[in-house]
Amino acid sequence: MAVCIAVIAKENYPLYIRSVPTQNKLKFHYTVHTSLDVVEEKVSTVGKSLGDQRELYLGLLYPTEDYKVYGYVTNSKVKFVIVVDSSNTSLRDNEIRSMFRKLHNSFTDVMCNPFHNPGDPIQSKAFDGIVSGMMVQTG
Amino acid sequence: MTVSQWELPPELCCRPMAFVALTGLDVVYNAVHRAIWDAFCANRRADRVPISFKVLPGDHEYPKCRTKRTSYEWYIPKGILKTGWMNKHLNLVPALVVLFYELDWDDPQWKEKQSECATKVEIVRTSLQGRNTKVAVVLIQKKTPLPPGEDLVASERAAALCNACDLSGKSLFVLPHTDHLVGYIIRLENAFYEHAQTYYYTEIRRVKSHKEFLNKTTHQLLFVRHQFKIAFFSELKQDTQNALKYYRTAYSLVHELRSHETNMLEIKTMSGFINYKICRLCFQHNTPLDAIAQFRKHIDLCKKKIGSAELSFEHAAWMSKQFQSFGDLFDEAIKLGLTAIQTQNPGFYYQQAACFSQERKQLAQQLCQAAVNYPSPDPLDTQSGGLDFYGQRPWRQGHQSSVSPQPLLGGVLKSDLLLEQELIIALLSNAVAQFKKYKCPRMKSHLMVQMGEEYYHAKDYTKALKLLDYVMCDYRTERWWGLLTAILITALRCAYLMASVKDYIIYCMELLGRASTLKEEQKGRIEKNFFKVLMNEVPDPEPDCDPSSVAVARSLWNDCIALAASNEFTIEVQDYIPFIQCKAKFCSPSFHIDQPIQLQVFLRADCPHPVPLNKLAISLSNQEYNQWCVVESLAQETMSLLPRATKCFNFRFVAKSEDVGKKIEVSVVMLGRDNGRCVFLTWRGAGGDIASHHEALQATRSSRRWGRGFEMRPELDWDSLLIQHSTMIISRLPKLSVQLSHQPPALIHELYRISVTIESQEEGVAKDVTLTAGLKPGQDAILGQSTHVTLDGTKVCDDTTLALLPDVPLGDLNSGTKLERSVYVRCRSTGPRVFLFHVAYSIDTTVEGQQIVCKCHKVENVVTSLAQVSLLWMSLFEPLDQVAIDIPFMLMTDIFSTSPWPLVLASSCLQLLTMTSNTPQLQSQLEEVVLQTGECASECFCLRCPPLTNSNNTVATGQYLISWRRKPSNAGSPLIQTTVTLPHVILESVPLYIHADLPSFGRVRESLPVLYYIENRTALVQEVDMAVEPSDAFMFSGLKQVRLRILPGSEQRMLYNYYPLMAGYQTLPQLNISLPRCPTTNTHTLRRFLPQRIFVKPQGRQLDDISIAAA
Repeated sequence: MAVCIAVIAKENYPLYIRSVPTQNKLKFHYTVHTSLDVVEEKVSTVGKSLGDQRELYLGLLYPTEDYKVYGYVTNSKVKFVIVVDSSNTSLRDNEIRSMFRKLHNSFTDVMCNPFHNPGDPIQSKAFDGIVSGMMVQTG
Repeated sequence: MTVSQWELPPELCCRPMAFVALTGLDVVYNAVHRAIWDAFCANRRADRVPISFKVLPGDHEYPKCRTKRTSYEWYIPKGILKTGWMNKHLNLVPALVVLFYELDWDDPQWKEKQSECATKVEIVRTSLQGRNTKVAVVLIQKKTPLPPGEDLVASERAAALCNACDLSGKSLFVLPHTDHLVGYIIRLENAFYEHAQTYYYTEIRRVKSHKEFLNKTTHQLLFVRHQFKIAFFSELKQDTQNALKYYRTAYSLVHELRSHETNMLEIKTMSGFINYKICRLCFQHNTPLDAIAQFRKHIDLCKKKIGSAELSFEHAAWMSKQFQSFGDLFDEAIKLGLTAIQTQNPGFYYQQAACFSQERKQLAQQLCQAAVNYPSPDPLDTQSGGLDFYGQRPWRQGHQSSVSPQPLLGGVLKSDLLLEQELIIALLSNAVAQFKKYKCPRMKSHLMVQMGEEYYHAKDYTKALKLLDYVMCDYRTERWWGLLTAILITALRCAYLMASVKDYIIYCMELLGRASTLKEEQKGRIEKNFFKVLMNEVPDPEPDCDPSSVAVARSLWNDCIALAASNEFTIEVQDYIPFIQCKAKFCSPSFHIDQPIQLQVFLRADCPHPVPLNKLAISLSNQEYNQWCVVESLAQETMSLLPRATKCFNFRFVAKSEDVGKKIEVSVVMLGRDNGRCVFLTWRGAGGDIASHHEALQATRSSRRWGRGFEMRPELDWDSLLIQHSTMIISRLPKLSVQLSHQPPALIHELYRISVTIESQEEGVAKDVTLTAGLKPGQDAILGQSTHVTLDGTKVCDDTTLALLPDVPLGDLNSGTKLERSVYVRCRSTGPRVFLFHVAYSIDTTVEGQQIVCKCHKVENVVTSLAQVSLLWMSLFEPLDQVAIDIPFMLMTDIFSTSPWPLVLASSCLQLLTMTSNTPQLQSQLEEVVLQTGECASECFCLRCPPLTNSNNTVATGQYLISWRRKPSNAGSPLIQTTVTLPHVILESVPLYIHADLPSFGRVRESLPVLYYIENRTALVQEVDMAVEPSDAFMFSGLKQVRLRILPGSEQRMLYNYYPLMAGYQTLPQLNISLPRCPTTNTHTLRRFLPQRIFVKPQGRQLDDISIAAA
């Protein structure tokens, strides 16, 4: 399961970041932030070749020694990033995909909330719940 | 345990090349030998065979070969690979020893020389005792050899020499010392290379042969050693594919070794070496993915082989080195043409290397804190000065049995901590360079933060701040507040430890600001420190600082405070996110000059406690207004900003009249606060900072969503406050009406009247009223040339008049009075035009007790379209396309009116150039004719064209002038003269002219005399055949058919008496004329000069004769 889940706005600022409390929060922030380099590169190259029939799931962005970072970009250029522990080999690509899909659905629900102002940080219990379900359970 | 311990040995990193020793060359004193040696070693490009040459003396002692082991049964290896082995085979044991010897085939002392040579070969052989090294002899000869087979002496002596030296024929070479030295050398080289390859092949066979003696229990280390050796020899043989294969086997064997505390380091070292070789070869074979896969496998296998916990720092250092060397290999491959991608480039490996180095540093520091005493006889100080085997402990060499692990002492670490710091920074900057190349700006920023932190740990605060400052911008614009706060905290620490007051203030302000994610109590602490600095006191140290550095910092701060000089700071906060926000706005985007300008400045503090404030000043683009925009608190009562409350300051001032049409901008907002130390915050433009733009955007989004209810909220919403940084000063609204009356459309050439009525509604006197009238500038340039404007309506203006009359003075205008003026416009071409009427005046008014002079103006546009007047063509009852010379013809003009207004034609006349009028000039036929729309007036002239003087057959006719005016206009208005240029006509000359003289009508059965005049206009005598065709309607008398001769210039008359038989229009009898000498002129061309028909009246009754005569 994930150790960090982040939602990044179109303009590349964080809308939501949650990481496992046992590890250094800052490190995850940096990991997510640096992964945006790859996301931007992938989005710009994919956009050119395939037009609107775009795959939202970007796959493994880059492996670090400790983590694997996966990316997903919605049509409105909101980015989802999931960080998984490298040692966790049980997770298949399909499972990551379904995690992203779940995340996207929940995110859409948040956006449908008339009281939510798009562009503001996400503060939603339902979204929190979905994310918690995908995170590594500690304690 | 120094860092350099982990450097890979150079003999591992170089490319192995066959080693060939050259003996018998005296490169110092013998020029020929020197040249040969230079040819061997100079200019070794990639296309030459890979051999490393070395000149050795003939009696050089090569490393001794140990006696061959016949059985491995009792042999227990002490380590995997000897430290000297690679070097030995690269640089000490040659594959081939070449003996150079000067000897010509026809040398007089052949026998002696031959035996000397044999002796030398023997010496070399002896020193190579036991080795498989080949020996070759090269004879340096002065003469060019004959082609093989021709020199019988040579082949005989060569065989003898081979025999004497115990050489095979293939090992004897001849090197003629002639012009083509380099060519011979290259051929020699290739031969040497073949020998070397054979040597390495036998070496490989030899090592392989050991295998059968080994057993798996005691000789595990030898398995690895032998595979490594085979691979290395293969590399020397340049057989890289096989080398790779053997290295791979060696690699898997290394990991099959039983590992325990004592040999862990050795296993790791060797696996690192072999891994290096494998990766290097993979890159060389252009299979980078294999290299990366191998490296990953290597790291995964070795990651867990830490050994004892105390040695984890050593493991981290080793890991770091692994990553670094792989990064180097990768980078080198890229330099040789490999292309890397964003997610797979050397930067990642450098970064990871730095990461492990940092880890090592932390681990080492922990160990150091445990304060282990360094053992007094330094265990690292080995007497022998080196290790026998790679990766073994100096104090425990050769022990392979599992004895209890002796923990390494932490004390050895202290010495190289600083060195470590430098290493980390170097690795990070390597990585930064790579990520910059592969478009990873964020990764680069992250690494720069790490570098900054590393500098901070190294106590190089200036460099740290420089780096951190640089990247902070990126995080600020990307709005990653969490990361920004973390960087700011480090930066604040640096600033504190350096006692850099300005930096300290800036970082404090930003940490107190809304972008900081600090908790309230942390903010409180920082704020307290901030106020201390402002009061010129020493701030409390930042938490988590090194205590010794804190002491240094404190004294620096004390010095700083004692130095009272630098007490004023001006800080541009635009690029930060300070804890005081400022927004200035003009209440309107434009103000009339007679209105006071209103400016509002909003301030808001984000810090937890109220902030005192002394002065607020605004600097505007015109400095003169600045005096009106200052708020200063008196000494007793200070203004203060309450946390999270918006404070608003209002300013009013009156603009100066010279600023009309200009923009006033807020250039700087200054906020002063001084008690002890004075800090001015300045905002360029009208406030706002990096984050405020986005906040305003969000605010508009949400207000759109909430609609009006949101705007009706009583409290002022900070985020939705918009900055209005400039306002336009515009002139006072005129209280003056300008009315225009005219009757469009204007006609072409007409003097078109537009009357302007100006009425003043001002309370005072409008002074210096001026009128600018005419064509509005900015239209087509041709319109400007074809339009003329005048004030004088009595005479028609000419082409020199301008299209725009600027500033016509009209004097003063009292309140409530009217003024009327007429402006006349004359246009020479059709099309719409826009006219401008601009009235300017000045008036004295008072705004807020200030006397100002306003300039007002009024603009009125008139669109005018023009109608055309005339249209013309030419005729002689029947249209002519050519005009005959000296023969009268008719010109008819039609004047067609398209004007919507009736036009009165006053007169018309022809101005002829070459033509002459056939009739005396009479009064115009069109005088006082009134033309309604669509009506046409015609006029007819009889003209004659005189004989031409020049050869031109076209001639300009002249001009037709029409004077006219509009019908309802007053008689005083001038006549307009329209000139129409008549078209050119084509002339023709006629050799024979014929015209008839006949009455205007005939009567049935009454004689009708017709006189034909035939005129010869040529200079020749013309013969004319003339015949009259019979006609049903006439009888006639006269010559029916005749041939005449007409002299040049003379005229012949022919009289016929026609006798009409029928009434009505009758065709006259046809006159057939032909000129035998002039075939172009015939009846047809001449007939047009003659009347064709005549009206014949019926015969009247006799009785009525008198009445007819009376009629």
